[in-house]
Amino acid sequence: MLKQENKTDVIVVGAGPAGVACAITLARSGKEVVLIERGLFAGSKNVFGGAIYTQPTKEIFPDFETTAPVERRTVQHNFAILGEVDSTTISYRKNDNSSYSVIRGKFDRWAANEAKKAGVYLVEETVVRELIKEKNKIIGVKTELEKFYSDIVILADGVNSLLAKQIGLRKDINTKDIALSVKEVIKLDKDVINQRFNVKDSEGVITEIFGGSMLGLLGLGFMYTNKDSVTLGLGITLNELVDSKISPYEYLEQLKQHPSIAPLIEGGTLKEYSAHLIPEGGYKKIPKLVDNGVMVVGDAGMLVNNLHWEGTNLAMISGKLAAETAIEALNNNDFSKKMLSLYENKLKESFVLKDMKTYKDLMDTMHSRKMAFLSYYFKKINAFFEMFTSVNSIPKKENFRGFIKSIFTDRKPIELVKDCFAVLKLLWSILL
Amino acid sequence: MNIDKKLYTLKYTPDTESHLKITDKEKCRLCISKNCTHICPAKVYEWNADTQEIIINYENCLECGACRIACEKRVIDWQYPKGTKGVTFKQG
Repeated sequence: MLKQENKTDVIVVGAGPAGVACAITLARSGKEVVLIERGLFAGSKNVFGGAIYTQPTKEIFPDFETTAPVERRTVQHNFAILGEVDSTTISYRKNDNSSYSVIRGKFDRWAANEAKKAGVYLVEETVVRELIKEKNKIIGVKTELEKFYSDIVILADGVNSLLAKQIGLRKDINTKDIALSVKEVIKLDKDVINQRFNVKDSEGVITEIFGGSMLGLLGLGFMYTNKDSVTLGLGITLNELVDSKISPYEYLEQLKQHPSIAPLIEGGTLKEYSAHLIPEGGYKKIPKLVDNGVMVVGDAGMLVNNLHWEGTNLAMISGKLAAETAIEALNNNDFSKKMLSLYENKLKESFVLKDMKTYKDLMDTMHSRKMAFLSYYFKKINAFFEMFTSVNSIPKKENFRGFIKSIFTDRKPIELVKDCFAVLKLLWSILL
Repeated sequence: MNIDKKLYTLKYTPDTESHLKITDKEKCRLCISKNCTHICPAKVYEWNADTQEIIINYENCLECGACRIACEKRVIDWQYPKGTKGVTFKQG
């Protein structure tokens, strides 16, 4: 029972990784926290590629490796560059425990239950429709049925965060700054997965897919192995989808038919299809994260490091940092924007904003030179290996010369120079 | 595999009224791109040439939010379905 009816220390909206990490951190230090989830159960509205990272997850759930419902421990990362009909793949294999594939419907539900065990009041099947504001401070939330009040409200309501928009913390999202992702979870026998991916029962493989049906588009594909299924999906920046007039699932269908992908999922049956948005705007598009009585965490704060496929870790850690800030605010009985901006400072000092800042120019470069970096060079990498592996009685010298010549004839020299400058400029911005 | 077969794999608890609304149907008539009809991953939006209106198959919605952002005319009133309604992902 709550100490006071309909009034609590903190309300967290959304029981994804950010919301749960936040709520459990608060409950563990004795604060009263209500976690509101709109789905039938925590995880039921959530979709991601496929893997959680061990180190950040342990910061919230120290024993998750033995207690959480994980699918497979990642032992191999593949980077597959797909041409139209061919592909070049780099694999990195190491038998460690840096990440695990999970099914969100199972993992998030487990995580929310852990939060409940720690003392969090979990309210499911409830949509927060509005935030309640009084004297320029957020003082609670309005659900479909009732009002809940709290000293602090934390918005972990995901990429669409209608609530952050409602109180003016974020503006309308530009189609350039968001990707639409679709994926399929394809059922396959455990043994078939083990054989096709060269792993044992509990071991898994992550494959990042470049090019293919997304050649020339700002999009990436992904493949994860689960216990008895394989997840295959792709995400494409929304402005590209708008311009191309092709539906996202058509790109996925094309990807499924690529000669390098098709054999991996052959004979599988579709278990579930899903779609979700991914914030891709990066550092420059992070909305305001703090106001009087309110903080924004996870995808709601657009905290995603797209180059490294990181999102859930930024979500969990931002949730934790917001919780630590809330604890200090509660102890000082000060819920002002000034007090809560401690959360922003904590983010700045952590990898969350440091990493996002590192890649602040990445998306601008990719948008402006996508035909180069997401089509031309992918094709050239494959063309190089095609040339290098072909045995056709043509002297090798001629093959090499032909390939090098093609680099300069297939793309205008001035564009090649611009590509070099773009790479140097980007590296400069990343490394300095 | 067509989209209907994909959507068939999902658990839905549809509401009796739509959580998606067009706030100004006239703007849809003037809209050339009709982005909603091709970017939606669940084919929720279809253009009815006879009635000159967008048909909203809201019960297929995956609640991703893409239409809200892609709509050039900004006429999609996009809300979450009620707490007990909408799509339930088991494998997300």
